[in-house]
Amino acid sequence: MPPSQNVDFTQVTLSNVSRSYGRRRALSQVNVVLSAGEIIGLLGPNGAGKSTLLGLLSTLAEPSGGQVFYGDLSASQGGAALRAQIGFLSHDLQLYPELTARENLEFFGGLYGLDRVPERATEALARANLSVRADDGVDGFSRGMRQRLALERTLLHAPRLVLLDEPFTGLDEASCTALVSRLTQLRAAGCIVVLATHDLDLVDPLLDRAVFLRLGRLGELGSAGPLRARYRAALAESPPPRGARGQADAARSAPTEPAP
Amino acid sequence: MRRFFQVSWLVVRKDLRVESRNKEMLLTTLFFAVSCVLVFSFGFVRGGEALAGSASGVLWITIAFSGTLALGRAFERERHHDALRGLLLAPAERPAIYVGKLLGVLLLLAFVEALVVIMVAFLFRAPLFQHGWWLLTLLGLGTVGFASVGTLFSAMLLRTRSRAVLLPVLLYPVTIPVLIMGVSGTFALVQPEPDLALARLWASMLCFFDVVFLTLALWTFEPVMTE
Repeated sequence: MPPSQNVDFTQVTLSNVSRSYGRRRALSQVNVVLSAGEIIGLLGPNGAGKSTLLGLLSTLAEPSGGQVFYGDLSASQGGAALRAQIGFLSHDLQLYPELTARENLEFFGGLYGLDRVPERATEALARANLSVRADDGVDGFSRGMRQRLALERTLLHAPRLVLLDEPFTGLDEASCTALVSRLTQLRAAGCIVVLATHDLDLVDPLLDRAVFLRLGRLGELGSAGPLRARYRAALAESPPPRGARGQADAARSAPTEPAP
Repeated sequence: MRRFFQVSWLVVRKDLRVESRNKEMLLTTLFFAVSCVLVFSFGFVRGGEALAGSASGVLWITIAFSGTLALGRAFERERHHDALRGLLLAPAERPAIYVGKLLGVLLLLAFVEALVVIMVAFLFRAPLFQHGWWLLTLLGLGTVGFASVGTLFSAMLLRTRSRAVLLPVLLYPVTIPVLIMGVSGTFALVQPEPDLALARLWASMLCFFDVVFLTLALWTFEPVMTE
């Protein structure tokens, strides 16, 4: 299928999706439907399988069992046309530190076969509030600046499925507000936004729904009450990890009260 | 097809741009290659006379060793900050990314080989430039064969912890025929009476290996890179 052909992104369906790494099962029988115009929070303690799930949705990884459908297409059927509609911001920012901010954007713009790449890069730099540093090497940027640049790289080709792994990491208050506003715009444009995060208070008013992953199993969080309370309830209800190490992990990943 | 080469060119240009700024691969590979030739020259050259046939062996061993060093670093910049995933997620044919990385390695090795050939010709008093075009053909074909397999293995080993150890372990058994053909072809050229027919034979065999290696690498790159 040529990259120019459109893929139906009204729904993305995960059907009995499992993923194993050797003997370790990272995801187990995950079933969920993601619809256009939704911001879905993907919550769960460290090591629950959030990044694995995002990797599967991005088509970079293949499920060990089950299938991911983008409209009627599976990942293997969609190929490059499908990848052209997906934007994935992973925790590692997928930037080249030796290149400047502009060069990074122009490189990825070229890879995506976009038109007006220099103009798009200039606009993206302005949105990231990095116009002044456009021709500076990314290795001299702070984590927050890199995060803003990586977010613009992710959205440069106007994807329909936006996958964000910890997008608020390193951002200051103004940048967080700008990101929230950007995500709202993406929802209004009919994109599917999946947001893996631990910033529960920040995303609470933003999310249309939240799903909860623990030990590779996915469940829906209810809609009544604050997100933090729902998350805690889900954490308390789900089975604890086996072994002393698992319990230590669970204790570490339990949500703490926000600083006053 | 145009898009394929556009993507390859973008990857090469990016690699050259990064290399022009930190010169990490170029300097380490050059330094290693120069050291290699110098050490061999102390071993094989006595009283201004080189051991018969040693020049061709030293030339190709140096290319293999320094090439391995370069190949080990070929995907290193993609490993940092997980940039490889950014590349693989692009709606481009994945073999185009492989071709881009391969061309970057070939350009680097061409630069290193130019210096190594001059050094070997001077230190070993080898008439390497007597049939310069034939030498260029053998070097070109041999380097493509060696680097095409090496680039694929380098990409395959990107996510493994002991990739520095595994790369030569995997690479040398597969590319030994290429190195033997390169040495034999070059040896035929530097004889007191050069045997061009033999050099042509080895060059044809190198060409055959290149086609096989490149085809296999282009075919397997996509499945190899899927997690």
